[in-house]
Amino acid sequence: MTLLSVQNLSLSIGPLSILKEVTFSIAPGEIVAVTGESGSGKSMTALAVMQLLPESARTSGHIMLRDEELTAQSEKSLCAMRGNCIGMVFQEPMTALNPLHTIGQQVAETIRMHAVMPKAEAEAQAAAMLTRVGLPQDRFPLSRYPHELSGGQRQRVVIAMAIARRPRLLIADEPTTALDVTTQAKILDLLKDLVEEFDMGLLMITHDLAVVADMADRIVVMRKGEVVEQGDTKHLLAHMQHPYTKALFAASQHQVDLPNAEDGHAAILSVQNAVRDYALPRTKLFAPRSFHRAVKGISFDIHQGERVGLVGESGCGKSTLTRAILGLEPLQDGSITAFGTAVAPDMPAQARIKTQVVFQDPYSSFNPRHKVGRILTEPFHLVDTPPTGVALTQVIGEVLTDVGLQPSDAQKYIHEFSGGQRQRIAIARALITKPELIIFDEAVSALDVSIRAQILDLIAGLSRRHNLAYLFISHDLSVVRSVTDRVLVMQNGEIVEQGETETVFTTPMHPYTQTLINAAPVLPDLAALSDKTETAHAPA
Amino acid sequence: MLRYTLKRALSLGLSLVVASLVIFFVIEVVPGDPASFMLGLNAQPDTIAALRSELGLDVSKLERYLSWVGGMLQGDFGTSYTYRTPVTEMIGDRIWVSLPLALYALTLSTLIAFPAGIYAASRRGKPGDMAVMGATQLGVAVPNFWFAMMLVLIFAINLRWFSAGGFVGWEKGVPAAMKSLTLPAIALALPQSAILARVMRSALLDVLGEDFMRTARAKGLTRRQALMRHGLRNALIPVLTIIGMQFSFLLAGAIIIEQVFFLPGLGRLIFQSISARDLIVVESVVMLLVFLVILVTFLVDLAYAAVDPRLRSRT
Repeated sequence: MTLLSVQNLSLSIGPLSILKEVTFSIAPGEIVAVTGESGSGKSMTALAVMQLLPESARTSGHIMLRDEELTAQSEKSLCAMRGNCIGMVFQEPMTALNPLHTIGQQVAETIRMHAVMPKAEAEAQAAAMLTRVGLPQDRFPLSRYPHELSGGQRQRVVIAMAIARRPRLLIADEPTTALDVTTQAKILDLLKDLVEEFDMGLLMITHDLAVVADMADRIVVMRKGEVVEQGDTKHLLAHMQHPYTKALFAASQHQVDLPNAEDGHAAILSVQNAVRDYALPRTKLFAPRSFHRAVKGISFDIHQGERVGLVGESGCGKSTLTRAILGLEPLQDGSITAFGTAVAPDMPAQARIKTQVVFQDPYSSFNPRHKVGRILTEPFHLVDTPPTGVALTQVIGEVLTDVGLQPSDAQKYIHEFSGGQRQRIAIARALITKPELIIFDEAVSALDVSIRAQILDLIAGLSRRHNLAYLFISHDLSVVRSVTDRVLVMQNGEIVEQGETETVFTTPMHPYTQTLINAAPVLPDLAALSDKTETAHAPA
Repeated sequence: MLRYTLKRALSLGLSLVVASLVIFFVIEVVPGDPASFMLGLNAQPDTIAALRSELGLDVSKLERYLSWVGGMLQGDFGTSYTYRTPVTEMIGDRIWVSLPLALYALTLSTLIAFPAGIYAASRRGKPGDMAVMGATQLGVAVPNFWFAMMLVLIFAINLRWFSAGGFVGWEKGVPAAMKSLTLPAIALALPQSAILARVMRSALLDVLGEDFMRTARAKGLTRRQALMRHGLRNALIPVLTIIGMQFSFLLAGAIIIEQVFFLPGLGRLIFQSISARDLIVVESVVMLLVFLVILVTFLVDLAYAAVDPRLRSRT
């Protein structure tokens, strides 16, 4: 029996066609993953099922929950259904909860919206539900506020709210994208258990194909508002038909062609016992300030042309270390030397030329009022005699070509470019002073898999052409594995393990590294999978 | 919460000390002699000498500051030179006009602004929103004394519902006193409510875009329930800030309205004492206003914490 059946669902906002003839279904107890890149319409599909679309959206087609047609319901009966028959979990646990209400109030609100009962009973039910999702009352009483919880704990509260009325269908829109790998693994396990226990259908929206392969019973692949392929997970992974599906999976397993590392070069960056403290707010008026030690005596070198990865979960001190290496913040102890100069906030501007940085968010790291040419030449303020006139135009043209864009793009504004192109511009900006060390701070984390694969190729190519060394900071283990020679694993401000990337990934020594690697979802070996099923299907 | 309150109270106390020092030194320690300044160019030397000793100018500055502050703490603001009456009495009369007027106007402005702002936000881009936005645009642009004159013209001269000015006094009973404050309060409230409604609308629109509003809808709340239960309180922080600032303005800045309606308020008192160079009155009234404004800021800070648990737990 089908729980949710979406038939020929089309959706448009103004002249823009968002969904085209989307059809899929979910059975009770089944996990269906809708996947695709940004703009594929997967989130809109979820919102369409919730009937929480923007007012200007026009839909056609059918959305049936059991035998009820959702598109024909009045707003009143939809409200009665949302939270009761369909629960929804969102991507961003940090903002999905009302900061002014306690977690108890927020879970109890779902219950009392749909059932008449005394407040005490609703609270008792809320407490039971929070305990079920892993927030026991002795440690997480109902009176807690969201800001007192971590991201993973908040996501558990959101899940408790969504399942409080034991809905028949749960929709999870990128439920673990904002979480660390170890937290992600726990939340995914929780969702799987809940689906089984409550016999719910789970519609899971995610761009992460490794998560999809791991969780879903069935996969729906979407592209530009259309379902290009769907089927049973195992079967689909083994027998992909559509070229887009193949490209998508290929991109997420993309291995870059990294030039061989050469040994014996001198260290260009040397971090010795670096310590970075943050002052905490005073607890008493005249009490001495206490400090949080974010980086606890870290030492490592980066040699010329060497590609080093830095992995660790949020809060481990990665970003703090990055800012110290860039000379943006002072160290409290130890030292950082780059190209023979001590790195500190007051270092001479010229000393900064050889180290450049590329940040994560291609959408907010540029001034939208400046043309690309001006953005690119900004690092030239570090140079005593920057190129001018024709020479300048030539330099801009060169770096743009280097990152796969056109010299004429210098005249455009940043909003004229896609996310991937913007990240190319960010890389061009880092390259313009001909640095020898680039720090990539989560530089591909915001990109879709196919774009990410292209940018990783670009980085590998640049490293070959310019003999670049880089420090590649990421929470994504598979990416770090593919673009680095050596990796540092960071936990609580310390480097707990370091070594050759392949060695660390295949035989991790430190328990934390082992936990990280085990928690990271991995795509099964598609070739092996396809062989196996073929043998299974082979005639006896 | 207690720690937060104590910290805010400490900051309130420090602000008052600093404010009193600034007011005292600016007025008393400016070059020249306050007594000769107050009496003007043609004063007789013996008159000046008499005023000097009356003002206590023959003792040290520190002693004068301490006795001024000490006096105020006991409710003694000195004696007005011009009127020969205790300043406490003069303020006492007028504060019972200005304070109720400010509160009255603020209540009206809030009562108009909240529904208008909520209504406009909930119908963003629709005719209802545009009507409210147009009206508030007008309200912000038109000065309050123009409203005052229009109100007098319509309700006092044509309809004869209210008197055109003056204050009957609280001894005539609360309804009568409130009635004589009604037109001035409306004139003061209209521009303030226009500003407040716009702030309310934009704060609510910001909140409507938040993720937790979508969560609320996914729980089954109607649009309206989500707005009232989750939106309003989150939008209150910027609104409270503006309300606090408006109160400060209404208390001392009502001078034009006080003139239009012949109200014996604090604004007029300051204006008159500045014209008469009565420094004792100026000094005391300014200090009192500063005290009230800082007190309101303190209350707004406490209101923030009451609204937002994140502020309460911050140490």
